[in-house]
Order: sequence, then structure tokens, then C-alpha cells
Amino acid sequence: MIRDITIGQYYPANSVIHRMDPRVKITCTLLFLISLFLQNSVLGYGIATVFLVTVIKISKVPVKFIVKGLKAIVIILLITVGFNLFLTSDGTILVKFWVFKITDKGLRIAVFMALRLIYLIIGSSIMTLTTTPNSLTDGIEKLLAPLNKLHVPVHEIAMMMSIALRFIPILIEETDKIMKAQIARGADLESGNMIQKAKAMIPVLVPLFISAFRRANDLAMAMEARCYRGGEGRTKMKPLTYATRDFVGYGITFVYLGIIIAVGRYVPFHIWIF
Amino acid sequence: MSIKLEHINYIYNPDTVYEKQALKDINLTIEQGEFVGVIGHTGSGKSTLIQHLNGLMKATSGTLFYDGKDIYAPEYNLKELRTQVGLVFQYPEHQLFEIDVLTDVCFGPKNQGFSKDECIRRAKEALELVGFPEKYYKQSPFELSGGQKRRVAIAGVLAMRPKVLVLDEPTAGLDPKGRDEILDQIAFLHKQTDLTVILVSHSMEDVAKYVNRLIVMNEGEKLFDATPREVFSHYKELERIGLAAPQVTYIMHALKEKGMDLPVDVTTIEEAADAIMRSFHD
Repeated sequence: MIRDITIGQYYPANSVIHRMDPRVKITCTLLFLISLFLQNSVLGYGIATVFLVTVIKISKVPVKFIVKGLKAIVIILLITVGFNLFLTSDGTILVKFWVFKITDKGLRIAVFMALRLIYLIIGSSIMTLTTTPNSLTDGIEKLLAPLNKLHVPVHEIAMMMSIALRFIPILIEETDKIMKAQIARGADLESGNMIQKAKAMIPVLVPLFISAFRRANDLAMAMEARCYRGGEGRTKMKPLTYATRDFVGYGITFVYLGIIIAVGRYVPFHIWIF
Repeated sequence: MSIKLEHINYIYNPDTVYEKQALKDINLTIEQGEFVGVIGHTGSGKSTLIQHLNGLMKATSGTLFYDGKDIYAPEYNLKELRTQVGLVFQYPEHQLFEIDVLTDVCFGPKNQGFSKDECIRRAKEALELVGFPEKYYKQSPFELSGGQKRRVAIAGVLAMRPKVLVLDEPTAGLDPKGRDEILDQIAFLHKQTDLTVILVSHSMEDVAKYVNRLIVMNEGEKLFDATPREVFSHYKELERIGLAAPQVTYIMHALKEKGMDLPVDVTTIEEAADAIMRSFHD
């Protein structure tokens, strides 16, 4: 039933990308996203495509899973493409019907805009697909550590994030269990109008809230019993350390970024091919 | 009443990396008035199996007949089936939600569409059956002790007057006294009414005393389906899958190895004591 929902869409596989330090993955993803805005030519997109395809290949995540993430932006994509395609007025007219006309410039902007959006999504989903939510928060905590000087409670924020992430599957399972238990007692959770449906949820929501508070209480107790008292002076069992593959990752991404900047600088905007 | 499973298979998350076959070709028939124990290690498929019995989960393939009718037929009334096969989940007290005990137990019969008076009548009858003291009927279910909460939750299912009562680990998290009380109460229910009881547990000790048929599940398959006596005689195989026969079985085997003339197929401490005394007298 409800258990089929996947949140924190981690895809377990054994690849170099999976083993990489989360800090590298976060930084490189950010650089890749920035790189998409530094160029606007066929050559630039060609290089970005090669980079992206190589990373996907290395990550061993099936393309099916990556494409799934695009479902969420289909509507935005259609609107963007539509507007750019039909409402760009300058350039040579390619097709004309009724009040609409498609110009070469409009076509170009539409295609590039769509590519940019798609690459943005794919680029960031590769990060979430290859990194467990917990190591992601570890990476964020480490990267934001300098903010501690500005009295931002970085550790507490990271701890809250990982606890919240950890509780999502637990609460989904709990909801599933309570729903089943009430259905077994003859509850009807599906039929009826809005108000009837909302009312029918009471037997699910009350136990769910009680259980969430109970679990939060238990967790707080368990943390205190282990002398947890925040981030100050706290060490990690598995501290993040850079390995060779991480430097290689940084290296490749910086080389890629350099090429993109060079292409963006020396290949003028209006040139179609190269 | 009879429940008949034919070639039931169930697969979790098909076509993903998380795919797992929880039930493999299960065939079994449960008849009116039986007291059946289902035993297995964590993840053996026992919880999945019992959720099929009232149609909460639908088998990936296979058929399930209740009273000879296919419950997967499109016109079959699953809601009616769920009142006939009452399912008590693990930690059933986590499903309590009403302001007082009596109202909570009324939830089942109310869903069946009975009048308010009839609901209360059935709820009181159910609470009596589980031995819940009347003075607490108007108390909030959240203020009760663990064992009492569990009684209320079981009464909540019994109030629908099911023909079959399925209990998933009804003693989990209770102290030994609470455990014995709940199990004795269930045994009493089985004796008093014509109720078919299916008891899921991972403790051999618990079920050996009560049930007259034992189904052992392992990795989604039905490994044994026989009387406890017969199942425990395979105690070596039970150990291999991470289960154990009751301790008396081991004692009897050890004594026999030392040369005492004893039957090794006893299942309860009382029987064992009798057998040992008898062998001394002979």
C-alpha cells in the first residue's frame, strides 16, 4: 500500500560515485549546475552531455531511475518550451500559422532552455541517487562548519535533518500499520465525500500522533542516556576523509568547468554550430 | 467456516532492487474450531501470510477461498470478510484512539452498521470475554496499563463477533504474567465459543501449550504443518532455521541419551514431569 512510496530516492549500487565523499558530490553537483549557466552553445551542451553521460555510466544507476525524476518537471518544461517557441518574435521565420510563428531564434532558445532544465534535474538526482540521506547531511554539516563562527548551530541543524529523514520511513510504516489495523476493524477510509473522508482519518491520525510523540520521547531519552549534549567537542565514529578518488573527482570537475568557461568565452552566443 | 489457500505467492516491490518474495506457493486449509499456531523467524513471511487471510493484502498469484468463495472475485465483499476474520495486529494497543474504552471497542460494530445500543451491547460482551474489569469502561484507553490496553484492543476486534480470530504476536512486550494471562484468556475464548484461533508467535514455549496444529514458516515457505508433537520431533531442523523446540524436548532427549526409558515427544512441562515420574515408578 503506502509503503511503495520512496522518499530520499537512494539507489544502492557499488560504484566509485557511491563511495565518494559526500562533500565532493555536493560541491561538484553545485559546480555542474553553475556550469550550465556559463555557456549557451551547441558545443557547450555537447560537453555537458558527455560529462553527464559519463557520470551516469560510472554511477551504475539505471537510466530508468534517473528519468523518473523528470516526471515532476514535465509541466514546467512544456510551459517553458511553449512560451519560448511561440513568443520569440525576432529571427528568421521558419513556420507560420494563424497568429503563431516559429523563428529560428525561438527554436534555439526553447531547445536550450529545455536541455538546461533537464540537466539541472538529472545532475542533482544523480547526487541524491548515489548518496544516502545520512551521509548527505554529514557532508552538509562539514561544508557549513565555517558558519559556526557566525553562531549558526550547524551541528544541531544537521542532527535535526538526519533525525527527520530517519523518521520518514518509520512514520510511513506506522501509518500503513495503523491504517491496516483500522481497516481490519471495518473502517472505511476511501469512500464518501471530503468531510466524511477527513472524519474517517481520525482513527488513523490520533494513534499516529501519539506514536510520533512516543517515539520522539523515546529517542530523546535514548540520546540523553548516551550523554548527547550537542555538537561542541563531539567526534564522529566515521569522520569524513578524502581519498584519492575524491581528489580525482574534484580534478575532473574543475577541468570540465574550465573547458565550459573557455567555450562560453570564446564561442560567441549566435553561432549555431561551434 | 473454512479458509483455503491455493498456491499463494506474494512479492514485495516487484521489479525494483528491493524486490523480495515473501510467500512462496503456500497451500493450506484451516477448518472451523481449530487452534492453529504459526511460527517462524523474523522475516519468514508469517505476518504477510496472516494479512492475506482477511484480504488486507492481495496475493501476487494464487487463490484464497473463504467458505468456498474466491475472495479475489470482483464482486466479493471484502468488508464483510474482515468482520468474519478478525485480525489483531502486533502491539494492537497502538490503534486505540477514542476518548474512553467502551467507545473504542464500539468502533468495529459501528462500522458494521449496528445501532448504538447494539454496539454497546456487543462491546460490553467483548470486554467481558477478554476479562476487562467493568469499572474502567469509562476510562481513557491511554491511561491503562500495557496488558489492559492490549485486552481492550483485542476486545475491539472481538466486538465484531468474528468467526476466526487471528492474533499477531499477542504477547510481544508483555511481562511473563501478562503473557500467561493473555494466552490463557485466548485459550479460554477458544474453549468457550466456537471461535477458530490462529496464533502467530516466534516462541515455541508459548504456542506448544495451547495449539493443536502448528505451521512453521521459513523464508516464505511452509516448512511443517502438523501437530506440535510431530513438529518438535524435527527439532534439529528447527534449530537450523533459527527456531528451537521447547526446552522440555531437549531435556527429554538428553535424559533418553543417558539411558532413561522416556517418550521424547512430550510438549509441555506437566507432561514431561508425569513421564519422568512414571519411569521412576516402573
